[in-house]
Amino acid sequence: MSVQQTDIYAIALHHRFQWEEAQNCYVILFPEGMVKLNGGAGEVLNLVDGKRTVADIVAELKAKFSDVLDLESDIVGMLELAIEKAWLRQIN
Amino acid sequence: MTQASLGQSIVQKEIQAQNNGVSANVTHTQPLWLLAEVTYRCPLHCAFCYNPTDYDKHTQNELTTEQWIQALRDARRLGALQLGISGGEPLLRDDIEDIVIEAKKLGYYSNLITSGVGLTEKRIQAFKDGGLDHIQLSMHDITEEINNFITNTKTFELKKKVAAMIKNHGYPMVLNVVIHRYNIGHMRQILEMAEALGADYIELANTQYYGWSLVNRSQLMPTKEQIDEAERITNEFREKQGSKMKIFFVVPDYFSDRPKKCMNGWGEVFMIVTANGDVLPCHSARVLPNIEFPNVKDKGLDWVWNDSPAFNKYRGDSWMKEPCRSCAEKEKDLAGCRCQAFMLTGDAEGADPVCSLSPNHHVITQAIEDSRNPVIASKPIIFRNDKNSKAIIAGELNDRVKDFHALP
Repeated sequence: MSVQQTDIYAIALHHRFQWEEAQNCYVILFPEGMVKLNGGAGEVLNLVDGKRTVADIVAELKAKFSDVLDLESDIVGMLELAIEKAWLRQIN
Repeated sequence: MTQASLGQSIVQKEIQAQNNGVSANVTHTQPLWLLAEVTYRCPLHCAFCYNPTDYDKHTQNELTTEQWIQALRDARRLGALQLGISGGEPLLRDDIEDIVIEAKKLGYYSNLITSGVGLTEKRIQAFKDGGLDHIQLSMHDITEEINNFITNTKTFELKKKVAAMIKNHGYPMVLNVVIHRYNIGHMRQILEMAEALGADYIELANTQYYGWSLVNRSQLMPTKEQIDEAERITNEFREKQGSKMKIFFVVPDYFSDRPKKCMNGWGEVFMIVTANGDVLPCHSARVLPNIEFPNVKDKGLDWVWNDSPAFNKYRGDSWMKEPCRSCAEKEKDLAGCRCQAFMLTGDAEGADPVCSLSPNHHVITQAIEDSRNPVIASKPIIFRNDKNSKAIIAGELNDRVKDFHALP
């Protein structure tokens, strides 16, 4: 599945995304399971809110992490993984 | 209670995937999953229940609502995230609503693990309003006959009604079906039933032999051929219907060459608080010798998890014996299940006899043979009920437990 710049995503139904102080990372919780997200993955999914487009997310993270090369392909790669894992649903 | 979170549960697989197979460092363990076995009372009498056969001792000294809420708070502070509310049948307590509200407030992802008996419109609405995240319903078969037989109750119609109720309230439909000799031949029909009910997840949990299911092992165990066929049908079904319904097939360890990485390691990610407040690193740990398990009535969970001798006993690998100690695969399974090793061989530090490298592996091949022996297999099932629990405690069913090194 290829992610388009205009796509808008939200966290999938029955899934919860939250910051965990005790683990010092973002997590996704769902029936019978959980996933700890590493720093970069957490930053990307934190902006997935059912309103921002993929282009918005890329622009925001580029501004925040201006020294990182090839950020866009990392972000798209992370979104594709999250879609494949059914952590996200497409809104538009 | 079903066998949902025994052994190779889904949460473990996810965590393992995240760790890329690198075993968690002993000093960085966290009780990510808290299982609250709030009561051992149960209206069902399932032959495969993993609860302790002497549960009757623990039906009169259950924790209070306040004690449960305190345990939830303490575990959350330690990093617990997934909360399973289980039993027995948790709905036999009338304070599950309060526990659910507190769980939501604390940020748990909460799961009610139920037979469905006692779930009413009023209660499910209260759970929804209180923030319960999902309900896992145990189903037993597509036939009324087998459902009612294996649970020793007339609950078939009720389960279908409850499934619809769960769906109507916008909950994900999570079904758990414990697989045994009596329903393994109906795998396709069970999957079709789950699909028709609109299940989002179904766990096909091959019986693992603890508690009542160990006592009934020869009566419940399917053959290797039946299991292979069940797995084949499951894979075929999965391919056909795509990702709409997630299907988990829990492989039975008796028919594997290597043991399961039980609980993803002792005291690594799981913590169980039992009905009377005992805190355990796994469901059946109380069978183990020379360990005193702490109780929340006396000790805080922080001490229990981090400092108690019980939770530290089998962390890491320094306790292992040969052939595990020098085994190249020890990180993969951490020598398997301590309870199974002790129950079946009398040595709690030995290799899980499921492993073909274990010097005691013959006890597993013997158990498989026994289950095919018509004389042994035709002994009656000992259903999980108060009368049988009392009889087992009194030593009246010795013939069925004498081969084990502790009361299952």
